[in-house]
Amino acid sequence: MKEIVVISGKGGTGKTSITAAFAVLGGSDVMVADCDVDAADMHLLMEPDRKISEDFYSGEIAHIDQDLCTRCGKCQEVCRFDAIQIIDGEYTVDSLACEGCGYCARVCPVDAITNSEQNVGKWFTSGIRTGSSMVHASLNIGAENSGKLVAKVKSESKALAERLGKSVVLVDGSPGIGCPVVSSLSGASFVVLVTEPTVSGLHDLKRVYELVKKFGIKAGCIVNKADLNAEVLDDMKRFLSAEDIVLLSEIPYDDKFTEAMTNGKTIVEWDGELESVVRGTWEKIQEIVRP
Amino acid sequence: MKIIFTTKGTEWESAMDPRFGRTEFFLIFDEETDSVEVYDNRAIENEAHGAGPKTAQKLTEYGAEVLITGNGPGGNAAMALQTTGIEIRVGAGDMTVRGAYEAYKAGKLKKA
Amino acid sequence: MKIAIASGKGGTGKTTLSTNLAAFMSESGEVVLSDLDVEEPNSGLFIKGELIHQEDKYKMIPEWDKSRCELCGNCQAVCNYNAVLKMGNTIMVFPELCHGCYACSELCPTGSLPMKQKKVGELKSFRADNLSLVESKLIVGEEQAVPLIRQTIDFVNTHFSAHVTKIFDSPPGTACPVIEATKDADLVILVTEPTPFGLHDLRLAVETIRQLEKEFVVVVNRHGIGDDRVDVYCSEENIRVIARIPNDRKIAETYSRGELLYPSMPSVRRAVESIANYIEEFRQETGT
Ligand code: SF4
Ligand code: SF4
Ligand code: SF4
Ligand code: SF4
Repeated sequence: MKEIVVISGKGGTGKTSITAAFAVLGGSDVMVADCDVDAADMHLLMEPDRKISEDFYSGEIAHIDQDLCTRCGKCQEVCRFDAIQIIDGEYTVDSLACEGCGYCARVCPVDAITNSEQNVGKWFTSGIRTGSSMVHASLNIGAENSGKLVAKVKSESKALAERLGKSVVLVDGSPGIGCPVVSSLSGASFVVLVTEPTVSGLHDLKRVYELVKKFGIKAGCIVNKADLNAEVLDDMKRFLSAEDIVLLSEIPYDDKFTEAMTNGKTIVEWDGELESVVRGTWEKIQEIVRP
Repeated sequence: MKIIFTTKGTEWESAMDPRFGRTEFFLIFDEETDSVEVYDNRAIENEAHGAGPKTAQKLTEYGAEVLITGNGPGGNAAMALQTTGIEIRVGAGDMTVRGAYEAYKAGKLKKA
Repeated sequence: MKIAIASGKGGTGKTTLSTNLAAFMSESGEVVLSDLDVEEPNSGLFIKGELIHQEDKYKMIPEWDKSRCELCGNCQAVCNYNAVLKMGNTIMVFPELCHGCYACSELCPTGSLPMKQKKVGELKSFRADNLSLVESKLIVGEEQAVPLIRQTIDFVNTHFSAHVTKIFDSPPGTACPVIEATKDADLVILVTEPTPFGLHDLRLAVETIRQLEKEFVVVVNRHGIGDDRVDVYCSEENIRVIARIPNDRKIAETYSRGELLYPSMPSVRRAVESIANYIEEFRQETGT
């Protein structure tokens, strides 16, 4: 089984639209995993049925049992995150500020503090309209994506892919350069970088590629909206060839991407010309990962 | 020589786990005694952060000389492994454990 | 007055709006723009001022002093983030994973883990006429953005007086970094696109801001593309849409060169003007 991970550094490059198009092209052979949990938009194009849903717990938070607390103030003294406040005479944990470090519980003389894992959201296993399945998640407000949640989505999708005999897991990766994207990349057979030829796009591409390189994973790049800026495009190509990143395709700037999305379709179901560009890209990726 | 593999199962025919930090198992093969030991690392699933270094720590307890895995360990894990002087070979993510061992012996796995 | 510009996800035009709005408003008064997207700050590409201040930003992490350490392993036991581990005869600290809670340091029986400063990023302050730009950049690999965001906000609040209009370009998402960036704003401007993705992310952003009990309004970017579901949603929810920036390939091209839009594009100027007018109105109504 091959794992293809699509990332972009920053949002707005068309990463999810392109990943969704790949899912459609791959059809029933491609299992989808949406690890872009902060802006989980893949479901808008995949029509998942959310057949199985489970709560997800991550990150601890402190809780003070007022019946046991002797109001000695030790916990407040040691908390470096100002998360313990006195409200109506009671020492209370501010759940937004608490980082779950557990220090307060270790110093409380009467063991009045317990740490418990927080419910941060749900994850789902769904049948989708491509005839395949998808594992995805949704976060509660204020909850943070984590390496743990991404790892969960990925391992569930891989296990399911194995059971169902699918040959590819297609991962819509997390944004940024933090822990979730590290977790998205871990275990990948191939990384697809989606970017656009803008000054900031190039800047983000370089930053996120530093990570990919650390893992030593083979990478290819799709330049979306490629005709926006010829100069930056040239710089970009120089960067790609210097780093030995395969230039998979250049996709022209086209409002049809949005048109398709507005109609709940991917670009390959909407426009013949773009369909052939994106199909060509997908085939190229197949050739690389399955020689 | 002792060799550690990151794996998805407990057998020679099991698939390798391409991940380092969140690998499901380690398979430890001792060439001298021709014996295999298995460590179940699946509890790592519960770690929100720092899976890499935690796994690296576990691994060092086995005193192996070579680690065979898929993608290389991430920055933190790599830093932890450096202290142990273990040799890291990558690129075996798609193989079985047996296949990975043979590839290693044939000098086909890259150094991280 | 403090204004936070936010959106549910990246790429909706948040940076475009904040840079253009800040530059436009600075034509008639003192403005400071602060880029809080510390993972990948981009505002500096559009606003070219003179660098007037630069400082390293730190967090506190433990540093192992092996002379007295008894290798008891207590530090590892108390750390909830796997940021300090005992590797054989060595205690290793993983700076990126450390949250700086001090537990290992203060609970070490031999005082072998004193807390030391560790650089996490750089703060830079630029100036061009009436416009200042403050941005911080996190070191690659560093995991916690929030402390740097907090320090950047503190810098802006202490270095610029109350009458200066402060615009905060928030990081994307609905998690801690956004909450940190918006929680002391007087007004939040949510930027979205009139597409299904845009609508979905807007809903999440609205929920977040409502939980923080903040005043907020919406700006629709790339107006004309997609459909009217964002408009329908906003009117159903009684959310005021204060401006619409048209969809135009020229905008994308100008943006790609790292240039401001409103000087050369009348349609953008009109949109930015109406946002500035709304802010002025809001300021007078609320006395902020
Ligand atoms: S767990 Fe840590 S952050 Fe939370 S209240 Fe206790 S000391 Fe403060
Ligand atoms: S340390 Fe324990 S007893 Fe003391 S105030 Fe905190 S919770 Fe109460
Ligand atoms: S708690 Fe202190 S003495 Fe014990 S192992 Fe850690 S650093 Fe050494
Ligand atoms: S300061 Fe806290 S987070 Fe950092 S290493 Fe020590 S216990 Fe872990």
